[in-house]
Amino acid sequence: MAINYGSRRVVAGAHYGTRDWLAQRVTALLIALFTFIVLAKLLLTSGPIGYETWAGVFASQWMKTLTFSVLVGLFYHAWVGVRDIWMDYVKPPGLRLALHVFTIVWLVGCLGWAIQVLWRL
Amino acid sequence: MTQLKKPRPEFRNINAFTDLTTYRLPLAGWVSILHRVSGLLMFLLMPFIVWLFDTSVSSEISFDSFTAAFGVGIGFVPGWFVKLVALALIWAYLHHLLAGLRHLYMDATHSVTKSFGASSAQVVLVLSIGLTLILGAKLFGLY
Repeated sequence: MAINYGSRRVVAGAHYGTRDWLAQRVTALLIALFTFIVLAKLLLTSGPIGYETWAGVFASQWMKTLTFSVLVGLFYHAWVGVRDIWMDYVKPPGLRLALHVFTIVWLVGCLGWAIQVLWRL
Repeated sequence: MTQLKKPRPEFRNINAFTDLTTYRLPLAGWVSILHRVSGLLMFLLMPFIVWLFDTSVSSEISFDSFTAAFGVGIGFVPGWFVKLVALALIWAYLHHLLAGLRHLYMDATHSVTKSFGASSAQVVLVLSIGLTLILGAKLFGLY
């Protein structure tokens, strides 16, 4: 029986990472579906794929909205995955904290750039 | 007292260069570690990926610099090297996607037998490496 400190927090137990585990799988499914949608859009066009076809993939509002959601999902997916790598291999707390901060800055920066590109289309 | 058996080895300090290289991983182990490697690779190259997205989709003019990156290169980086990095990303995405779908399938159907682990790992490796070779040949203009 887990001891609860405060009203809700379970300090020990088997379910500590379940939320991130599930989030990683849900976002993975979303990214995979998005990949197949983009591929289908490209493969269903005839002729060589130039700028018009490629930019056309992201032209509609629903595609922009979906891409935005997938980008946010991708960001969280990458955060969980890369954090797992640091937690497995990097033991000194100071170095691990520095890597966590680097990961967040790196990912948030890339996410902001990608959203900017998407939004001005 | 005579020592009949060798003392059991203790792995308290696994050296990445002298110990890890002697391990023989099963195929599922290779899929697993490559899943991690490919994920980290895409994470580290993410600014390059966003740059590719930016230049390819923003305008006709930027699209020209996108295609030029694979021809004359970007700045001092030659085009063949850009192609090589792109090919590494193609492999990373294919491997990560296929290994990820294998994970999702195993989670959803509770397919956790040893034989399924081995055979599905084989499928992932054959597909990811095969598709990488096919797309790489196209990227480098072999057909």
